[in-house]
Amino acid sequence: MSTYQEFIQQNEDRDGVRCSWNLWPSSRLEATRLVVPVSCLLTPLKERPNLPPVQYEPVLCSRANCKAVLNPLCQVDFRAKIWACNFCFQRNPFPPSYAGISEVNQPAELMPQFSTIEYIVQRGPSAPLIFLYVVDTCLEEEDLQALKESLQMSLSLLPPNALVGLITFGRMVQVHELTCEGIAKSYVFRGTKDLSSKQIQEMLGLTKPAAPGQQGRPVAPQEAPLLFTSRFLQPVHRVDMNLTDLLGELQRDPWPVPQGKRPLRSTGVALSVAVGLLEGAYPNTGARVMLFIGGPPTQGPGMVVGDELKTPIRSWHDIQKDNARHLKKATKYYEALANRSAVNGHSIDIYACALDQTGLLEMKCLSNLTGGHIVMGDSFNTSLFKQTFQRVFSKDYNGDFRMAFGGVLEVKTSRELKVCGAIGPCVSLHSKGPSVSENEMGIGGTTQWKLCSLDPSTTLAVYLEVVNQHNAPVPQGGRGAIQFVTQYQHSNTQKRIRVTTIARNWADAQSQIQHIESSFDQEAAAVLMARLGVFRAESEEGPDVLRWLDRQLIRLCQKFGQFNKDDPTSFRLSESLSLYPQFMFHLRRSPFLQVFNNSPDESSYYRHQFVREDLTQSLIMIQPILYSYSFHGPPEVSLSPLIPPSFICRLSSCYQIEFLCFKTMKAGYQEMPEYENFKQLLQAPLDDAQEILQTRFPMPRYVDTEHGGSQARFLLSKVNPSQTHNNLYAWGQESGAPILTDDVSLQVFMDHLKKLAVSSST
Amino acid sequence: MSQQGYVAAPPYSQAQPGGYQGGFGAGPAQPLYGHYGGPPQAFNAPPAAGGMKSPASSPAGMPPPSGPSQYSPNVQQNGAHPQRYASPSVASPTYGQPSHSVYNSMASPAPPPTQQLTNQMSAMNLGSYGAVQSPPPHPAASAHPGRQSTHMSPQMAPPQSPLINMQASGQPMGGQSMAGPPMGGQSMAGPPMGGQSMAGPPMGGQSMGGQLMAGPPMGGQSMAGPPMGGQSMGGQLMAGPPMGGQSMAGPPMGGQSMAGPPMGGQSMAGPQLPSGPGTFQQHGVGPTGPANYPQQGGQFGGLMSGPQPGMPGGFPGAPGPLAGPPQKKLDPDSIPSITQVIEDDKARLGGQVFSTNIRGQVPPLVTTDFTVQDQGNASPRFIRCTTYSLPCTAELAKQCQVPLASIVKPFAKLPKNEAPLYVVNHGETGPIRCNRCKAYMCPYMQFIDGGRRYQCTFCNCVNEVPAFYFQHLDHVGRRVDFYERPELSLGSYEFVATLDYCKNNKPPSPPAYVFMIDVSYTNIKSGLVKLICDELKTLLEKLPREDGAETSAVKVGFVTYNKVLHFYNVKSALAQPQMMVVSDTAEMFVPLLDGFLVDYQESRAVIYNLLDQIPDMFADTNESETVFAPVIQAGVEAFKAAECSGKLFIFHSSMPTAEAPGKLKNRDDKKLVNTDKEKILFQPQKGVYEQLSKDCVAQGCCVDLFLFPSQYLDLATMADVPSHTGGSVYKYNNFQVETDGEHFLRDLRKDVQKSLGFDAVMRVRTSTGFRATDFFGGIFMNNTTDVEMAAVDCDKAVTVEFKHDDTLSEETGALMQCALLYTTIGGQRRLRIHNLSLNCTSQLSEMYKCCETDSLINFFAKSAYRAILNQPVKNVRDILVNQTAHMLACYRKNCATPSAASQLILPDSMKVFPVYMNSLIKTAPLVGSAELSTDDRAHQRLSVMAMGVEDTQLQLYPRLIPLHNVDVGSEAVPAPLRCSEERLTDSGTFLLENGHSIFLWLGQSSPPDLIQNLFNVPSLAHLQPGHMFALPELDNPLSKKVRSIIGELLEKRPNSMKLQVVRQRDKAETLFRQFLVEDKGLHGGTSYMDFLCFVHREIRQLLT
Repeated sequence: MSTYQEFIQQNEDRDGVRCSWNLWPSSRLEATRLVVPVSCLLTPLKERPNLPPVQYEPVLCSRANCKAVLNPLCQVDFRAKIWACNFCFQRNPFPPSYAGISEVNQPAELMPQFSTIEYIVQRGPSAPLIFLYVVDTCLEEEDLQALKESLQMSLSLLPPNALVGLITFGRMVQVHELTCEGIAKSYVFRGTKDLSSKQIQEMLGLTKPAAPGQQGRPVAPQEAPLLFTSRFLQPVHRVDMNLTDLLGELQRDPWPVPQGKRPLRSTGVALSVAVGLLEGAYPNTGARVMLFIGGPPTQGPGMVVGDELKTPIRSWHDIQKDNARHLKKATKYYEALANRSAVNGHSIDIYACALDQTGLLEMKCLSNLTGGHIVMGDSFNTSLFKQTFQRVFSKDYNGDFRMAFGGVLEVKTSRELKVCGAIGPCVSLHSKGPSVSENEMGIGGTTQWKLCSLDPSTTLAVYLEVVNQHNAPVPQGGRGAIQFVTQYQHSNTQKRIRVTTIARNWADAQSQIQHIESSFDQEAAAVLMARLGVFRAESEEGPDVLRWLDRQLIRLCQKFGQFNKDDPTSFRLSESLSLYPQFMFHLRRSPFLQVFNNSPDESSYYRHQFVREDLTQSLIMIQPILYSYSFHGPPEVSLSPLIPPSFICRLSSCYQIEFLCFKTMKAGYQEMPEYENFKQLLQAPLDDAQEILQTRFPMPRYVDTEHGGSQARFLLSKVNPSQTHNNLYAWGQESGAPILTDDVSLQVFMDHLKKLAVSSST
Repeated sequence: MSQQGYVAAPPYSQAQPGGYQGGFGAGPAQPLYGHYGGPPQAFNAPPAAGGMKSPASSPAGMPPPSGPSQYSPNVQQNGAHPQRYASPSVASPTYGQPSHSVYNSMASPAPPPTQQLTNQMSAMNLGSYGAVQSPPPHPAASAHPGRQSTHMSPQMAPPQSPLINMQASGQPMGGQSMAGPPMGGQSMAGPPMGGQSMAGPPMGGQSMGGQLMAGPPMGGQSMAGPPMGGQSMGGQLMAGPPMGGQSMAGPPMGGQSMAGPPMGGQSMAGPQLPSGPGTFQQHGVGPTGPANYPQQGGQFGGLMSGPQPGMPGGFPGAPGPLAGPPQKKLDPDSIPSITQVIEDDKARLGGQVFSTNIRGQVPPLVTTDFTVQDQGNASPRFIRCTTYSLPCTAELAKQCQVPLASIVKPFAKLPKNEAPLYVVNHGETGPIRCNRCKAYMCPYMQFIDGGRRYQCTFCNCVNEVPAFYFQHLDHVGRRVDFYERPELSLGSYEFVATLDYCKNNKPPSPPAYVFMIDVSYTNIKSGLVKLICDELKTLLEKLPREDGAETSAVKVGFVTYNKVLHFYNVKSALAQPQMMVVSDTAEMFVPLLDGFLVDYQESRAVIYNLLDQIPDMFADTNESETVFAPVIQAGVEAFKAAECSGKLFIFHSSMPTAEAPGKLKNRDDKKLVNTDKEKILFQPQKGVYEQLSKDCVAQGCCVDLFLFPSQYLDLATMADVPSHTGGSVYKYNNFQVETDGEHFLRDLRKDVQKSLGFDAVMRVRTSTGFRATDFFGGIFMNNTTDVEMAAVDCDKAVTVEFKHDDTLSEETGALMQCALLYTTIGGQRRLRIHNLSLNCTSQLSEMYKCCETDSLINFFAKSAYRAILNQPVKNVRDILVNQTAHMLACYRKNCATPSAASQLILPDSMKVFPVYMNSLIKTAPLVGSAELSTDDRAHQRLSVMAMGVEDTQLQLYPRLIPLHNVDVGSEAVPAPLRCSEERLTDSGTFLLENGHSIFLWLGQSSPPDLIQNLFNVPSLAHLQPGHMFALPELDNPLSKKVRSIIGELLEKRPNSMKLQVVRQRDKAETLFRQFLVEDKGLHGGTSYMDFLCFVHREIRQLLT
């Protein structure tokens, strides 16, 4: 039998699923005692080059409230042509098309290696993708120019049949008509007035032909409005030139900005118009609203800060003191918009490039709920933005865009399990059912979530609950099963369904605790717990969340640690848990939970990124990896508490920021022929960094600094502060440089943890 | 003319003598001269004009060449001064206000002897001009400017009699034949003066008369004067005589006026004379002959003599089927005739100079061509009053019920020969004003204390003279710089306003014109949109501009709309215009600032591009719903954003039914007509429009509305905003490009090119004892004193009603100062001041004598049209009739010589008042007939509200011009006839116009050659009047003449008129007939004759 490590890896590669426990405790009580809930990380669209989609409909369980998809775990009676659902045990006949089925002639979905399978289905007409640019024109001339160029460039990256639209805003909101000749035409909205979707559609002249009473059917309303919205949304190939010109002629917002004022920016109304435009014409069609902003919304609904420059935008301090005037209102406004948008399956990206905050805190839900991207930068005129934006349109090995739309994830569980909730870029579809737990974790109360936009790395955390009571545990030897059914619109407009079915053995926590312990996936668990923590942090005070995390950690250590009571030195953790406390240590310090030194916008941005990334990325986010480069071999992951005395180190940090630190002086040695190897050494981290820069989204901030350079502080702030002014006695003893910080070092943290874990009083 | 004269800032600081020198020097462009010489220039021009222009005199054999030479500015200038200085005269003690002669006396000491000489010389010069006309007595004789002078000469000269004859001929048609000889005799009769003088007053009873009397040279005549002189005027004039020559001037006048009476005398004069000087009014001998009419005997009830034997029926056409009083046929010729009165006034005063140096002087009729010389009172073109002698007490005013009102037309167009207003700059402190009442510095301020202080004559407050303004007084207590400062010597002038007078203390931006075109289906289909767009290309080249400016500062913007609004960005930098659609009609806003309002010259290419594209862009529209209030709102917002004032030109076709603020519904309920609820039809619908007016006015946004309705569109409501913002409403029913296109474009061109002021606030200040209480016009009032106008153009007038506060003093008279703060077309803030002094009298007879019928009727029209908003139309009509009766009865009771109660006696100044009144009562708004379109009634009501005296006069008494026997050789327009069917003849051709409509009426048996000549068709039957909206351009004298007459009328009137050709007995004739105001109204209303009878009956009732 392979190790759990291998098992986990294999499962992840095949199904895109990582479970916190790979053996499940047989009763609820025991599950609770395990501290880390039974849960898993699911990457629904994990890239699987070896998984060819099948071109037929999945076979569903005929029980109305089950509808599970036929899968390799089902019992099949080949002679009777009957299969038993492994979730509800309903016996279903195979459909006529499966008449030829036999033990040797099995459909793909019955083969064990197809525990994840993708179906291409024919449902309704395939709607083209829609890209609606919403562009802030209150930018500096250079920024606007750069943005215009990026947008023009992006037209060439879009699929030719995709529909594009353009909304610009400043003090007013303009929806540009794309087909006009002679006169450039746009519809203008006042930036201060909140309009209902109906009003917007009326004002855009979109409602007239709408046949009453046709709402239910998707076909009719889609066909008709196509004609009318065509003025605003046009296939790229048809309006390429027009739109390029239009973008080229975009001017900065012409309204004068008086001294001491911010430009009036009607972001709220612009978004509302964008959402209104799409929801009227293209409900349930894959669409991206791409919002480009260079500053905070300053007027109208969704206003984040007034236009007086003397009142600064809210800080954490203001928020804690309940001093942020517009916060609640704006948040509520954007939430409502996000929900509307999510209902219709449209996602909203935010590209915010400004030195100051732009109101991401208020607007984050737009992207969070709809699966859109958030990109934060200093200026549109930076490669960070330009390349990141380009990467939005990157393609996979098939030449398809790495994006999918209108995803609906349904989680089906066997009877012993219930679904508590999910955390990720999704919204609840409020699909109640017998397998919905009353105990909510994350976005709960449903077995279905909508992911308006998802990409191959989009990862959801799904939290489960064991149903069985302690006195009636799940019988041994059985397996619990979970089926993830993800329906989505592929970027080539096909409708697809990906079905992943996993099963884990039940184990009795009393007798098989070691097994359970060894089935613990500490990486997954760390991420799953971190998501819970981040989710809580959105609504709770920071310290509360930390306390909660600490308590969970202590409890876990108490449960699985081996120690003598009240003897910290005796404390040991098994290998399967050994890294976990360290993850928690870093999580505590991470910007996901710590708001100190981060603006509210930054926090929102980091959290947003965190709750959607896959396990590897998430881990890097939690614990930056410090690679040190030396002549002695390949780059090493440095776990040392100090910046290693080696020449070069590279920090592949949390929230996507990449640091490079040359610890030597750039004395020019590398240019000398006799130091050729030194030059190579210098080159190595650069190459590695470049590789990461190529793949990661959003593109990490790339900081190139040297020892003692001002930018080095970024790196120093991330590494483990083992030597601080608090423990100066060590100063100078070691060859590494001390890190000056208030934070405790990992060592101190661990010491405290051990002490608390072994303490009998807790 | 030296333009810079009145524009350039006057260098007052310069030494005076220099100034004088400059003035006399021939050098045309010296600034000093400009200023100093300016006013005199104005003084002088008129005499010249008089000499030349008087249509009566030129045929009289006066050598016309003299005229033109006099016009040359230099000559005028020179002439003017000498006049002044040449003849020092005694100041008239009677008046605080310096009379003209006073000026002279003042001025003369100043210039050094040499100048004096120059003066003399130039005087001679002038004299010589005069000499051409008539051998002048001596230079000084001609010196006194005024109409007398001109007339004097003819009179003196032998050829005089023909002149008189001419005048006679101008008189009632018939007069011609008989009048000739008798006339001659009479007029000639220097001696007759005596009798003449008697007659004179009745006619001219007006101040003039008195003045004329003054002429001492005519011994006998002068005799006549004094007795007359009971009137204040006379007294003053008497003062004149010292000016030897001047006095000469008088008589001619007198003579002339005499001429009138004798003529009229045909009818009246005889009986009149006996009535004696005390009562100048002519009590009608006959019931009908209230004025000069000989008609005897027949009281209305009683016997009625037939047509006067002496009066040849002017017309071949018999006295038509006039619906006379049932009892007897009354000769329609025998009742007072407007045309007659107009012609008389023309003959008497036409072409002459009217100097405003005399308080309470009654100006010539609006229909008379005259030249005004501003000598301390505002020109009647700017202000006209219902009476120029206010009753001293409220009781008197109440007793006579003559409304006390003035009609102020602050931007009245001045003829070319009258100088535009001077602009005075008092520097950073702004115009000098009384500390207490805030009246502006004006000729009425009394400087005391050696010039260190001045007493405000409005409130009697004594103010310090600011140091920079100090000037010594001369020996008569007048400032030495009197003539250099327009604000001290003129009735009308302008101040440069300082920032304190500007909105937000910021200098205003130049105004903007926004063209807002309804591009709904109807307008596209009718071709209107294309027509407008094409026209705008050329029209925008001619935007109004500041005097002397090279280009217009006015910015232009464009909006099209149907259910939504389309704004256009026409920034010059753009390659093509950009369209911005605003569909949020509920809360209108302007989507762009930069590029919406642009300089036409700069953005011409883009605008051309736009105007070319607009018709195509909407070519296949099928949108038929429109919005309206949001359109105006958009304009206001645009101006707000641009921080400027301006004007919206809205071209709209249908009732705004689209879902938006200001949505209207059809409420045209003909059942309401003639009920107590009829007023609802005139009331605008409540709601947004009210607020909109307020917003517009606050922003200085004037709305001009061009309507192209095919059915009812609730004009009362739609025109609400224009009517409160000083805008105009034009209406083209069932518009078709072929037939109405040109008509509309003429209106549009006039409207766009009109000169006007924006963002105006007017305040009328009065001397103590009375005050302005009510205002009528295209105005908006936030409080009771400030008249706010988003814009005011040269045709808009505000009628101001006055009430007594206290007793007025005959001594000091009554003063009013109308100050208008506004922004010029070039974006400068100015204050326009009009001052007027009136007499006060405790004698009703004096009051009646100084009444001005045209102004009265303007007041009555406006007040009645306002009253119908709140009262049943019938009540209003009754009130009008009652008041008419009351006014006349009061006269009869208090002023007329006792006579039989059966006689209808009308004051001379008001003898045609009943005609107008009857016509007013018959106008569409007041007549109450379901056959009339509600919109048309509302339209007429609103357009009259902003009219000046000229316009109401014409509206209520159209011109009926006979064309069939027009003298194609002469320049003159044939004299109009009375508006009555019986003046029409089967073989005649008539032109009728009232300022809004123009008809060419063709008699049934019009001679074919006339038809051929005019229309190029062989006979009447070939005409298709329905398709004829302009005369074909034919090369024959008749066609040319008729077209030139029509062209001239179109040119003169504020509105364009659509020529309608009507054949006798055609269906369309009814339209025409409703303008024959002396006849029975088509939709109700009595004939003039009946009305007179009715009024007479009322009067008798009142008297008993």
